[in-house]
Amino acid sequence: MTMPFYSSVDQLLRDRSELARKGISRGRSVVVMTFSGGVLFVAENHSTALNKVSEIYDRIGFAAVGRYNEFEGLRTAGIRLADSRGFSYDRRDVTSRWLANTYAQFIGAAFVEQQKPYEAEICLAEVGETSDGDQLYRITYDGSITDEPQYVVMGGTTEPISAKLKDVFDGGHDLGEALATALEGLQVPGSGPGNGTEARVLGEKALEVAVLDRSRPGRAFRRITGPVLRNLLPAANRGESADEPNVRGGDEAPAAGGALPENGTMGGTGKPPSLN
Amino acid sequence: MEFREGIPGPAAIGRPVPGSPEPAAGRRGGQPGLGHHAAFAALGETSFANYVAATQPHLLPGRMFDAPRGPEGRPMTPEALGVPHGTTIVALQFAEGVVIAGDRRATAGNVIAQRDIEKIFITDSHSAVGIAGSAGIAIEMIRLYSVELEHYEKIEGVAMSLDGKANRLAGMIRGNLGAALQGFVVVPLFAGFDTEEPDPAKAGRIVTYDPTGGRYDEWLGYHAVGSGSVFAKSSMKKLHRTSADLQTTLRNALEALYDAADDDTATGGPDLVRKIYPVVVSITGAEGAVRRSEEEVAGIVDRIVADRAENPGG
Repeated sequence: MTMPFYSSVDQLLRDRSELARKGISRGRSVVVMTFSGGVLFVAENHSTALNKVSEIYDRIGFAAVGRYNEFEGLRTAGIRLADSRGFSYDRRDVTSRWLANTYAQFIGAAFVEQQKPYEAEICLAEVGETSDGDQLYRITYDGSITDEPQYVVMGGTTEPISAKLKDVFDGGHDLGEALATALEGLQVPGSGPGNGTEARVLGEKALEVAVLDRSRPGRAFRRITGPVLRNLLPAANRGESADEPNVRGGDEAPAAGGALPENGTMGGTGKPPSLN
Repeated sequence: MEFREGIPGPAAIGRPVPGSPEPAAGRRGGQPGLGHHAAFAALGETSFANYVAATQPHLLPGRMFDAPRGPEGRPMTPEALGVPHGTTIVALQFAEGVVIAGDRRATAGNVIAQRDIEKIFITDSHSAVGIAGSAGIAIEMIRLYSVELEHYEKIEGVAMSLDGKANRLAGMIRGNLGAALQGFVVVPLFAGFDTEEPDPAKAGRIVTYDPTGGRYDEWLGYHAVGSGSVFAKSSMKKLHRTSADLQTTLRNALEALYDAADDDTATGGPDLVRKIYPVVVSITGAEGAVRRSEEEVAGIVDRIVADRAENPGG
């Protein structure tokens, strides 16, 4: 009989946190913020086909960072849950609070039960009838859930972006101003995947933009693309994106990339986590 | 796996503990008890109806249908139960798309069950369905169908193709076959605009069904279902041309419904006293599926009624 070797719960969870956090922080960032007309999603996303932002239900939108295959599974599950509830109860009974709690339960359980935690962080946003009714929930890889009143920044190097948004955010902005504010945050020096110290310029092709539009009856989610997006962007962003330093972004990082050696040091505790 | 088994406590969640009774609904099996696990486990499934069938089959219209039995043990007929029936729906293809319209009457035997029932449903941005037959099951089916289309669009990021939409509806009608055999028949009429068709004159499409889920594309430019359909079809045969513009097509649709109501007791004519007019939906490339306003429909109906006062045959 083989004897399972002992590892403290504390150690295990710490290793998983480390892995998840590293995986997520290699990605490019997403900003979700409220503005006078609803909720704005701005993601730095160089892919045209693989989305980070999505519609969930009439008044609910979804944004995610981390590993695409993992948050895509979370996204489709959210749509299934919302549609089931709306079908068996009523459309008004689908709320972001309920869905955020369900996500938190599931991701939290996966964090303690599964070999590998979700390397993904998600934000659920709901647009209310007035701006007081807007809700933003952030759910992290371990199932922690927080309710943010104004904006959520997720993904790569979030500290400089959050710090910048703290100064420039204003819930009374219109769509154009809110987009400019979000870009100010995303372009702040040190926010890119390469951690460069230069401010960047994100063009139309590097952005995925969507809104939950308060004024639209029924399904409020709307993607903003093409000429509409170009006209909304600040003048400096209407050209091509500045060249990216040649680094691997989180979207291209291997699974459990957080467990791989980085800069010659082993991830986490100094010994490789066991993934047998 | 040895590594995992070293963890006490939370690892046991979701696994039956040896010796303890199995929970009624195991969460791994995706059973209704802790239903959200099924949502996370259904990889690659884009159909909402399939998801409901796997996780909450009791919610499907007509599924596991067992008609109530009368005193002699025979299944009761819809007539004996007093189930309301919807009646006449017409659809007309025209130069810019398609128009679908329905009267407002539901009947139960020889009684008017409802005067202002709505039997035309906009199911997504470019499609609408009209229902004739057992109203309760039909409305539930269209509710499921609308979610099905929206669900696909949200998961895939693009709308379902027009033929995909027509086939999904066929599948749902086939699912209701058991109920149909006992008399609870649902016969929808599908109208849609094919956004991938370059020629707008051919983009408006009409699809009809039989109770076994058979799907039939109507290429002659018009069709009707329900008890008054014979009279409506004769009317459209004489009046309607697929080269017509929107205003003419709206009038033709309302004329056909007037003719159906004229000769079929189960079809309601325009109720000028209560201001209840037919529901009319146009589907075009420019506007998508739009319900025509009550003022617009009332205006056309008033002109038709005035013309019929002079010449009752139209």
